Amino acid sequence: MRKMINSHPQRLSRGLLGLLPLLLLLLVYLVASDARLAINPLDKLLPGFNDMSSAIYRMALEPDARTGEYLLWTDTLASLTRLLSGIFISALLGLLLGLFCGGLPPVGALLSPLVMLAALIPPLAILPILFICFGLGELSKVMLIVIGVTPFIARDLQQHVQNIPREQVIKAQTLNAHSAQILWRVILPQLLPRLLESVRLSLGSAWLFLIAAEAIASTEGLGYRIFLMRRYLAMDVILPYVAWITLLAFMLEAVLRIYGRRQWPWYYVK
Amino acid sequence: MVTVVKRLLLLATLCFTTLFSPIAPAADKPVFKICWSIYAGWMPWDYAQQTGIVKKWADKYGIDIRFVQVNDYIESVNQYTAGGFDGCTMTNMDALTIPAVGGVDSTALIVGDYSNGNDGILLKGQGDIRSLKGRPINLVELSVSHYLLARALAKNGMSEKDIKVVNTADADLVAAFGTADVNAIVTWNPLLAEAEKQPGSHEIFSSAQIPGEILDLLVVNSATLKKHPELGKALTGAWYETLNTMHGDNPTAVAARTMMGKSSGTDLAGFAERRAATSLLSNPKQPLVFVQSKALLTTMQSVAEFSFKHGLLGNGAPGADAVGIGAPAGVWGNTANIKLRFSDEFVKLAAAGQL
Repeated sequence: MRKMINSHPQRLSRGLLGLLPLLLLLLVYLVASDARLAINPLDKLLPGFNDMSSAIYRMALEPDARTGEYLLWTDTLASLTRLLSGIFISALLGLLLGLFCGGLPPVGALLSPLVMLAALIPPLAILPILFICFGLGELSKVMLIVIGVTPFIARDLQQHVQNIPREQVIKAQTLNAHSAQILWRVILPQLLPRLLESVRLSLGSAWLFLIAAEAIASTEGLGYRIFLMRRYLAMDVILPYVAWITLLAFMLEAVLRIYGRRQWPWYYVK
Repeated sequence: MVTVVKRLLLLATLCFTTLFSPIAPAADKPVFKICWSIYAGWMPWDYAQQTGIVKKWADKYGIDIRFVQVNDYIESVNQYTAGGFDGCTMTNMDALTIPAVGGVDSTALIVGDYSNGNDGILLKGQGDIRSLKGRPINLVELSVSHYLLARALAKNGMSEKDIKVVNTADADLVAAFGTADVNAIVTWNPLLAEAEKQPGSHEIFSSAQIPGEILDLLVVNSATLKKHPELGKALTGAWYETLNTMHGDNPTAVAARTMMGKSSGTDLAGFAERRAATSLLSNPKQPLVFVQSKALLTTMQSVAEFSFKHGLLGNGAPGADAVGIGAPAGVWGNTANIKLRFSDEFVKLAAAGQL
């Protein structure tokens, strides 16, 4: 008998194997949901798939009775706008901090302790301060993402700059390059693919901060809807929303990964 | 290979049995779990449990009652609806929109009190309800605060279209009221009292203007109650004994109220203030009149209509009367789907001194 340690599944069977636990989970849910619905057909905790699909239909394709908006799309638009603007600002700030702190030792000496300290503060702990500083509007939600994500990106990029072989910088100097030229022509191009990676890795926490911010004060958004529906246990809306967030997060990450591989194929060469 | 599979199966069975097997009962007495959360009108339950009044009554009827405090109010209602508890403290609106709509047939065993100023609308600066027009108002959306706002607007010839509701978590409301871009909130005590300390703020509407509409109940699963009427008797007995104990100026009563105040994060004076805004129906004769009145059904109708308009009655609800509400004075809504019942059965016994 072949040892398990040596058997590598083919591409197709690997895909099927990966699907198996998911199907199993789905089955467990179905059985549990059926069991609860058999006792109480109006049970809200584990709604059946027909309940969820009619909830999706209602949220996505029917205008809301009170506001006349298509809720799923308004929520998605609001959340994505907040998430992407937060991520964009963080990426920009993180890149600047990483580049200058990593590339210019005096700047690094000045700023990196601050960045390191900021990275240690759990942003959710200073929420009350945040909304006294930035109000309860859109700004505070974007700021929560920025404060949460920027230090992570900045530290990651700074580390990456310091890992660039010293020889490259010295070589550039022998070719008579000055500091700005070295930053612009030698370090920055090597930093950009890493920035993308770093952004990709921080998307998870960005979503977390977004949902947390929307739970506090808002009038629309994916997190807002989940927290609102939680008030009367409408799991038929909450579960599809969670699935939708997962799908959005997955697609966002896929787009970044594909873009990175196209743009900087050399970075991914092993 | 076969032994491996066998071992795995054995392991899996072990895991499942330990996870899902019910904990063996220590005694043959039936055990009932009731959840409660902190609110002026529900503090007597805490006292009753801590001082052994609950145990005394449970022993009298040969049962075991366990009170569990849940920090997050809405979570306690959800837990009850999911079947984790046999009873729970909640408002009439939440009793209708969460368990009753979710198909859990529930009985309001005790109508403990109604809010008589404990919920209110605060505004910074000059103005009244009419000046809210076009402004954002921060509150816990779809809660009794939202209901209070809707009633206040309706009483002034306005509707929700005239204002903008911003959903804000109750834990953050007070801090939010301190920021510049929030100038109107709707909330309940103790948050209301805390927010009112903000200079320049004043109350423009309170539940004292709609007395008897926001009720605080002890809700018990109807099927459990039917099977074990002794649970209803023990709880009702313990409740009125506690209210009796805390009434008056004798040292025990003062000590009881001090303890309740402390457990809810204030002191004797603070608790007295909150109780003044809560009409505690302390003599069983009072809730009896209240529960038997026609007005109760009118109130529940207005709550049901509000809930339907805001989608709280769920997906397939054809109208506000989708869920039937039963009371001694009659039934409102769908008689074939009565899921929320106001009962005078046990209070009658209490009033007659037969518990």
